[in-house]
Amino acid sequence: MTIKKLLIANRGEIAVRINRAARELGIATVQVYSKADKDSLAVRLADEAVDIGPPQASKSYLNQAAILAAAQSSGADAIHPGYGFLAENAEFAAAVEAAGLIFVGPTAQSIRLMGDKVAARKAAASAGVPTVPGSEGRLESADAAFALVERTGFPVMIKAAAGGGGRGIRIARSAEEFHHLMPQAQAEALAAFGDGGLYVEKLVEGARHIEVQVLGDGRDVIHCFERECSLQRRRQKVWEEAPSPSLTQAVREKLCASAVALARAVNYRGAGTLEYLYDERTGEFYFLEMNTRIQVEHPVTEMITGIDLVREMIRIAGGEPLRIRQDEVRVSGHSIEVRINAEDPARNFLPNPGTVSALSLPGGDGVRFDSMLYQGYTVPPFYDSLLGKLIVHDRDRPSAIGKLERALAGLGVEGISTTKPLHQALARDADVQAGRFHTAWLEPWLEAHAASLAMTSPPPSAKVTP
Amino acid sequence: MATQQIFSPLPGIFYRKPAPDKPVYKNDGDAVADTDTIGLIEVMKSFNEVKAGAAGRIVRFLAENEEAVMAGQPIAEIDV
Repeated sequence: MTIKKLLIANRGEIAVRINRAARELGIATVQVYSKADKDSLAVRLADEAVDIGPPQASKSYLNQAAILAAAQSSGADAIHPGYGFLAENAEFAAAVEAAGLIFVGPTAQSIRLMGDKVAARKAAASAGVPTVPGSEGRLESADAAFALVERTGFPVMIKAAAGGGGRGIRIARSAEEFHHLMPQAQAEALAAFGDGGLYVEKLVEGARHIEVQVLGDGRDVIHCFERECSLQRRRQKVWEEAPSPSLTQAVREKLCASAVALARAVNYRGAGTLEYLYDERTGEFYFLEMNTRIQVEHPVTEMITGIDLVREMIRIAGGEPLRIRQDEVRVSGHSIEVRINAEDPARNFLPNPGTVSALSLPGGDGVRFDSMLYQGYTVPPFYDSLLGKLIVHDRDRPSAIGKLERALAGLGVEGISTTKPLHQALARDADVQAGRFHTAWLEPWLEAHAASLAMTSPPPSAKVTP
Repeated sequence: MATQQIFSPLPGIFYRKPAPDKPVYKNDGDAVADTDTIGLIEVMKSFNEVKAGAAGRIVRFLAENEEAVMAGQPIAEIDV
């Protein structure tokens, strides 16, 4: 069944991205929107647009009944959920199919399975994919815990089973420390929570965040290599690249093969991402979770492989088989994406909605700007701060960083503050240039550079070199 | 006694409670100190406290829980 009319159940830059892919496939588009998004670029680009409610996401973009009603009234035959909102809601995916429509994504069953941490870990283990070693359940005795850590090795985290939010966590770096801390942790857990049950998990220090892009059609699965997203602030990715600057070819092959094994084991359909922690010192990687949707940072994979992931996921949803063989997926050059958010790095990333009074965009070979902006657009305060993503591609990583600096200099968003100055500072940083970072690297860096970032607040009429 | 308004410092969604399952910060008629929190404004998924800004007594709220508000919109009246 080929898709003729696609409803886009999302907003912002990803709605624009999906619209472009649909248009290139000759598919008509229906854009749903909240009252706050009436003037959005996504609405302007769509063939039809349907108002689904007030600004609050809970009453619009998360309103399943309103979205399904919009699909029925507009005659759409498929729904693309984008990322966030309803993208990983198994109940919604099932409701879309029950309404006789196509859900552009995996089955409700896959979403449910991968959304359940314990079930996902089990599926990984049976597909031979390593997870962070630790106790599968609560440990009642210190002896049982010690037997376990002798296998996992140190350092380990000791956590109270009844705890949460980091409470009651202790880190043991040796057997001696472990024997000292374990009874303490047990007594404290009992006193604090009335439950002395503990979990033990290996602590992967200085870990990198590496993820593998997969594409499946429900029968076959291929990988499109990895992305590295270690530069994070408050667990939000800030700068992503492909390929990872830290993997050896041998580890890359093992990692990507493990992702395919797991995705195959669950007969995965559509675009998905398997996230891993990577310990550079040991070369070990550990599966964290699978995201059963297209991700924000998908363009870096598209740039290095030449595969249009959104187009492929729409074709697959329409019933076509995977048309790319694994041996046809090749890495060419290096790509970096930086997130341009409406946040002011000079003022501790204060959110900054408002009107874009002037907009100038960089161009040239290997420069791509996926965004929801246009001149005169008023960024509403109700949703996340992502305005767009500046993506560059070049022959190698140093050239890509050079191109990123050039492209950032040519990006001018006036009227609101953005994270552009942060990316300019990162691109000039020696550690970033050498690829020396991990998931806990950026936050101390931001503290150390707070003073210089505070001076980056551009005057309203900052000069832009096109 | 004079009645004055408390304005939303930011555009966003106004909340009267710290969390959905918690009671409201303040009720109509409650006494407030100037540094008391009377609500939250959610701007781009970040939450910002709204302070009373003056000591007095809340007459009434002008914005409802989960209402979309503009910067500078009055959200409550207080007698000071």
